[in-house]
Amino acid sequence: MVGLEIRDVSVRYGSTTAVDRVSLSVAPGEVVALLGPSGCGKSSLLRGVAGLEPLAGGSVGYDGEDLAGVPVHKRRFGLMFQEGQLFPHRDVRRNVAYGLETQDLTRAERDERVTALLGQVGLAGYERRAVPTLSGGEQQRVALARALAPRPRLLLLDEPLSALDRQLRERLAGEVRAALVETGTTAVFVTHDHAEAAAVADRIGVMDRGRLLQVAAPDELRAAPASDRVAEFLGLRG
Amino acid sequence: MDRDRSRLSRRRGAADSADHGRSRLRPPLGLKPAALLWGTAVAVPLGFLAVFFAWPVVALVARGFVPDGALDLTGFTEVLSRPRTWRLVGLTLTQAVLGTAFSVLLGLPLAYLLYRRSFPGRTLVRGLVTVPFVLPAVVVGVAFRTLFAPGGTLGFLGLEESLAGIVVALVFFNVSVVVRTVGGLWERLDPRTEQAAASLGASPARVFRTVTLPSLAPAIASAASVVFLFCATAFGVVLVLGGVRYGTIETEIWTRTTQFLDLRSASVLSILQLVVISAALAVSARARRRREAALRLVSARGAARPLSWRSPADVTVALVGAAIVVGLMLLPLAGLVARSFREPDGSWGPGNYVALGTTGERNALVVTVWEATATSLRIALVATVISLVVGGLVALVVSRRPRSAGARRAVGTLDGLFMLPLGVSAVTVGFGFLITMDQPVLGLDLRTSGLLVPVAQAVVAVPLVVRTVLPVLRAIDPRLREVAAVLGSGPGRVLRTVDLPIALRSVGLATGFAFAVSLGEFGATSFLARPDGATLPVVIYRLIGRPGAENYGMALAASVVLAALTATVMMVAERLRDERAGGEF
Repeated sequence: MVGLEIRDVSVRYGSTTAVDRVSLSVAPGEVVALLGPSGCGKSSLLRGVAGLEPLAGGSVGYDGEDLAGVPVHKRRFGLMFQEGQLFPHRDVRRNVAYGLETQDLTRAERDERVTALLGQVGLAGYERRAVPTLSGGEQQRVALARALAPRPRLLLLDEPLSALDRQLRERLAGEVRAALVETGTTAVFVTHDHAEAAAVADRIGVMDRGRLLQVAAPDELRAAPASDRVAEFLGLRG
Repeated sequence: MDRDRSRLSRRRGAADSADHGRSRLRPPLGLKPAALLWGTAVAVPLGFLAVFFAWPVVALVARGFVPDGALDLTGFTEVLSRPRTWRLVGLTLTQAVLGTAFSVLLGLPLAYLLYRRSFPGRTLVRGLVTVPFVLPAVVVGVAFRTLFAPGGTLGFLGLEESLAGIVVALVFFNVSVVVRTVGGLWERLDPRTEQAAASLGASPARVFRTVTLPSLAPAIASAASVVFLFCATAFGVVLVLGGVRYGTIETEIWTRTTQFLDLRSASVLSILQLVVISAALAVSARARRRREAALRLVSARGAARPLSWRSPADVTVALVGAAIVVGLMLLPLAGLVARSFREPDGSWGPGNYVALGTTGERNALVVTVWEATATSLRIALVATVISLVVGGLVALVVSRRPRSAGARRAVGTLDGLFMLPLGVSAVTVGFGFLITMDQPVLGLDLRTSGLLVPVAQAVVAVPLVVRTVLPVLRAIDPRLREVAAVLGSGPGRVLRTVDLPIALRSVGLATGFAFAVSLGEFGATSFLARPDGATLPVVIYRLIGRPGAENYGMALAASVVLAALTATVMMVAERLRDERAGGEF
């Protein structure tokens, strides 16, 4: 069991290099946050891992299997965006059930799993609610339940809390952490907020201009930032 | 790179490297079932366009240039050296420019009133403003002819068989295009930009000139080019209103082919028209692209505030709007309905409607008007199905944004190709059908199968279906598809569970448009419908061309029936329309 292995990955858009030879390993059950300013390439790296962007170089592997040539829908990863991206034409139950519909489950098993997940994200009884009637925080909870439903071997979270207000963000960061730990989900969590990164992750990777500057546990990072840039992103300086 | 072929992917410019870019599903050409899917989605519409549009049009043009198997350009020089040709070109352009200018001028205040201000009955007025656009040209022609005729309500203006009269009718027709296109954008403009300008000391007039108008410019340009197209190729209205004294390239093509059997002149004129239309289409496409880019900047929430009777600007706009709606729209329609109850002897009664069960005075028709109505409905049903299938597939393919520049260009070309029938004269299509479809096509004899007229009408309706469904498909956030794919859906299931359910919301409106267009189609149908299979518009035109007060009365009653049918179809379609459904018209 080796989990996610990112080796020398580059992502380019035309002549712009968004991700520049980044390597990172995430052990099974571990939560790693990618921290950096907007435009630093952290979301592009995430998309490259998901298979949504072609890699200009390097490789992405999971448990020793090279994922080159494995299409997005066969990677068994989960993905959560900043604005939830719930299906507007489906109610809450059918949103959460979406990833289960392609699995070999009976209807009862599916419903049971949906109910359990909604309970887990604090939305018990929301099954029949229409998406537009939900608040921003509720939408993100549904999106999290939907992403966890098919039991992905890796969950990718792209600034999932950034569109929410500060108070809600702080509370939800704790809840996301709890949900990930409880389900034993391996996760990569992209954020530009160092407090959020520290609240959610076991380790934090600091990115700037497409490069991964340093990866370490939050305490270690604070105690010994490798450079001034890293210290700056952690809010330790200027 | 082979492995990203079957994958969801996105396009991104070098400048657009922010973390949260927009992405698009691209046709996954590497995967076999997917390749088959996309191949079919491209091949069916292309085949349809090639056989039922390109071939007839090319055949017609060729018949003019290669009359006896050898290239002969004398027709060209002959027609182009006729002063009459240039007079017609001049009239066509004048008519189109005036029609467009007044449509925009009158459409802007209406768009403001109906999309930026709220007041009781707004929904009703919005519906009313939409009606003219879908009204059959023949009905509009008859309505204004009745209005302008000596003894008519506006007979004193002397507009009968005049350029001014035709321009008024064209504006009646096309104001709704401007109102819907511009209003749709105006509704979603973030009012805070205007408020920011006002807080910087700009007067309302300056805010409008420096903030609002520039934001609306792409929508206005887009609407104007579409209206220009419609005005330049208007056929039914010009034929009914212009009489013998007034004509355009379009009516001249018709006259040349049907009256004088002068195919060479007709084809030269068709080419001349194609040149004008291609130029207009190019402008339209550019304006549309800019508009779609601009749309991302606006907020989705409506920003209409209640109409205030204390604001002089609001009162002015409300009065202007009321004058346009009453004077330009209600008056001709009310006049038509009223006159249809005037019996030939001058008394009031339902006599004209009773006569719809007959073939008219001195048997002007081969079928009764009711029989023609049944034919119209039957044909419209088939034409609607064809145009929904073809137009839906085009919209699906064109909504994709492939990663490679070449494929993107191909998609853009496909988009442009299917706009061509919108501009190419329906008369040209109809006549082209007449000379090409006289033989079995792919083993099917269209003439005896009863498919000839529906297929021709579908050619005309497809662009409208595309333009209605496409914006909805394009508005789907690509990340929805990405989420679906990550959750384990292959490309086929993404289409079925994301694109299809969302696109279905606009299909109601597209169905309504296709049905309405088919019901009112006159240019192509007038060539192709046999006397015993005449549609309602064909019957109406025949009736006003025959002498006798009874026939004219029947034409009015039949026009009311046709208008009522069309309006009903559109109202049902509007009901089915979801808030999210956009559309250009």
